[in-house]
Amino acid sequence: MSYLTIRNLSANLKGRPDRILRNVSLQVAAGEVRGLVGESGAGKSMIGKAILGTLPLSIEITGGEIILDGTDLLKLPPAQRRTRIGQFCALIPQDPLTALNPSRRIGPQITNRLVDILRWTRADAEKRARELLAEVHIPDPERVMRSYPHELSGGMRQRILIASAFAAEPKLIVADEPTTALDVTVQKQILKLIAEMQARHGTALLFVTHDLGVVSKVCQSLSVLYGGLVLEDSRMTDFFHAPKHPYSRALLAATPKYTDPDGSLTPVPDAVVAATRAEVEAADRSAHV
Amino acid sequence: MQLLQSVLTRLFTTLITLIGVAVIVFFVIRVVPGTPIAMMLPPGATEDDVARLTALYGLDKSIPQQFLIWLSGTLHGDFGTSITTRQPVLALVLSRLPATLELSIMALVIATAIGGFMALTGTRLRGTKTEAAIDISNGMALSVPDFLWGLILILGFGVLIPIFHISGRISPSLDLPFTSNFYLFESVLRLRFDLWADIVAHMFMPALALAIPLAAIIGQLLKQSLKETMHLDYVTLARTKGYGENHVILHEALPNAILPTLTLVGVQFTFLIGGTVIIERLFSYEGLGNMAIDAVINRDLPLIQGIVILFAVIFTAVNLLVDLCYAALNPRLRHA
Amino acid sequence: MLDGRSQIKRKLPPRLILSAGWLILLGAAAMLAPWIAPKDPLAQDLFLGQLPPAWVQGHEPGYLLGTDSLGRDVLSRILYGTRLALTVALLAGSITCIIGATLGLLAGFLRGWVDIMISRAIDIWMAFPPVLFSILLIAVLGPGLTSIIIAIVVIDWTRFARVIRAEAMTQGAMDYVASAQVAGRTRLSTMFTEILPNVLPTITVLLTLEMGIAIIVEAILSFVNLSISTDDPTWGGMIAEGRTSIHQAWWVLVFPLITLFLTVLSFSQLGEGLKDRFDPVLR
Repeated sequence: MSYLTIRNLSANLKGRPDRILRNVSLQVAAGEVRGLVGESGAGKSMIGKAILGTLPLSIEITGGEIILDGTDLLKLPPAQRRTRIGQFCALIPQDPLTALNPSRRIGPQITNRLVDILRWTRADAEKRARELLAEVHIPDPERVMRSYPHELSGGMRQRILIASAFAAEPKLIVADEPTTALDVTVQKQILKLIAEMQARHGTALLFVTHDLGVVSKVCQSLSVLYGGLVLEDSRMTDFFHAPKHPYSRALLAATPKYTDPDGSLTPVPDAVVAATRAEVEAADRSAHV
Repeated sequence: MQLLQSVLTRLFTTLITLIGVAVIVFFVIRVVPGTPIAMMLPPGATEDDVARLTALYGLDKSIPQQFLIWLSGTLHGDFGTSITTRQPVLALVLSRLPATLELSIMALVIATAIGGFMALTGTRLRGTKTEAAIDISNGMALSVPDFLWGLILILGFGVLIPIFHISGRISPSLDLPFTSNFYLFESVLRLRFDLWADIVAHMFMPALALAIPLAAIIGQLLKQSLKETMHLDYVTLARTKGYGENHVILHEALPNAILPTLTLVGVQFTFLIGGTVIIERLFSYEGLGNMAIDAVINRDLPLIQGIVILFAVIFTAVNLLVDLCYAALNPRLRHA
Repeated sequence: MLDGRSQIKRKLPPRLILSAGWLILLGAAAMLAPWIAPKDPLAQDLFLGQLPPAWVQGHEPGYLLGTDSLGRDVLSRILYGTRLALTVALLAGSITCIIGATLGLLAGFLRGWVDIMISRAIDIWMAFPPVLFSILLIAVLGPGLTSIIIAIVVIDWTRFARVIRAEAMTQGAMDYVASAQVAGRTRLSTMFTEILPNVLPTITVLLTLEMGIAIIVEAILSFVNLSISTDDPTWGGMIAEGRTSIHQAWWVLVFPLITLFLTVLSFSQLGEGLKDRFDPVLR
């Protein structure tokens, strides 16, 4: 039984015909790491936002279900939905530089969920925060907890955000391009850290990225998106050996590490893009019938 | 040390500004055609009387000499003697200052309350008709200066629905036990809430007239700033932690959105204080501004100089204070 | 495909139409005052003092908006008052604009000691309460139209100088200016040919706003009885009179106040509307 099930999720720009998500379905089993891959604008981040209830005001969900542990989140009243998400889900955001509140010390930013939402005592929450900071290999957790975000480096802040995401032992974490904003050297460490934390805590992880290389390192399965439509849903091993969709094949070919590291990049051919776009439009037509 | 250096630089430029103000006020006033002495003498005064008075006020010396005498006096706290009332300018001015300060601060409090409420409501209900209504009323309030709001309030709440007083600072029939001129403040200290209510009923209309444009500016700037902050990742992150919209706005966005608003509000507050001049006149409120207009009409040069200098000192002090607040509130600067 | 920008350009926002409409109406009233004013604005008739407007009991025919305590026709005085208000708006506004914008351009583009002098002057000016300063200037210069205009120019040039200086600094840092310099133009000619056209939209907006401010300043000066000779009809003078007789004859205050309110609002809304049109990115 999967922990998260998304069924036929559709979303639109509010009051306009522009479709953002087209009948998206995907599943994440408990403890599984699923990659969500696509180019920018494919709607991969929107799926994460839809789950966590942080879609921009300009986008509305027009249909479908987001079932978390047997409950359809979209059918819950907003307040209940929020607390449920706060209790069982967490986000590792993209940009560590803007994801910490600049006017607050680090400590409260890790403990606030535990204290305000989950009603832990402050002492327990702070003890937990210290443990977590140690777990993400931050030296001197005491000092870091008293620091302001601007006193810390980008990599350090991303570690803090990872620690904070695991604070309440969530069942599902959405990692929204967690390494994109970082230096290449830091990227690898952070990726390793996420994998390590995930394995230790057994949390299901939805890993949103445009980088197949990253996916190959951490994920067990993946969904490929184009234009808000899921093109392929495969086990990781199957995908790299025999991608089902022509677009996936082209995408794989465009990722140098998996063909020839020294070879030239092969961009996704126009013909494949055109065919894929036609497929998206065809899906729209059949949906309207 | 860098902080100390920038504070010192600020103090130095402030000093230059104040000297500039002094020079300009002095020379503008000395251009006055016709000597004010003539206005002070009873009909039939002799040439001798004129000469005596001219010498008394130092008006027979050359203009640079007069300036130096006046400047050194000013720096020693001697602002001269008012020509119309024959009292020391400093004492006159200080006796009226509390009234103007109380009025300005009350206006600031009202403006912050209204503006803050507008900004928070507009952010909470963004994208709705209420937000659009707030934007339109802010735009209207901003378009019309305090002088016109004062007149409109006089019509509305002085004449149509007479619930507030529209002239004076306190009802003349009341017995005043005050030892200072901070009536509002002292009435609270003395627990005389009957007097306090009367003072507030007098102050509320002029304070509101001064507050409306500032409230609109605070509302606009803070809302803009809040809306930008609401898009930042840490606000999104707080949402995923299970916090509701109100908490997110008040605890995550507001503390960061206030800072950029604060600096702009500082300048706007000096505009508000400048507005007291005409608003006090409009509401016959016995403050510094009202006294200033009388002084201009009576050509009471020493008094005008004293008042303008005092205003300039207040303005620069407010700006300095805002800069210090900014440094104190911004953790980036505080720990740099 | 929908092009968002072309849509914005086509639709004239109502506030632009309304405010421009009111100002055109006002301009017409000012020019045609001698022909459309029903009475002589100076004619006093003590027997007809404080007559209410035409729809209130006790009115006299011919006095549409009533009379003041000296029996002068309120409507005619408002119409004639428009002349002074608009003259001040146009003259004071444009002179302030020319002087302030020039100083701002010089400071922002030339930088160096010119900038230091002008910025320091702006700082000093910002330390004055503007209303008090203008009253003081009028007291020194003596009442009259010229004095009002001088007072407004002397006080408000900083409004233009501050904003234009900042804009000229941003524009001056851009590549196209550097390339004009490399092409061998003089600093001054670059300023007029490259910088000025780019800050012109801002200048237009500020000018519109300044006209509204000039009208308010004139009204305030008239209100404290320092504007022009006491007999001539001015909105501020009428408001001052209305303020004293507010409990007996509200109309003496209300009608000039409404006119002043709408005029100031129109100039300001026109300016804000222009700002949005010049800078669609902001909205």
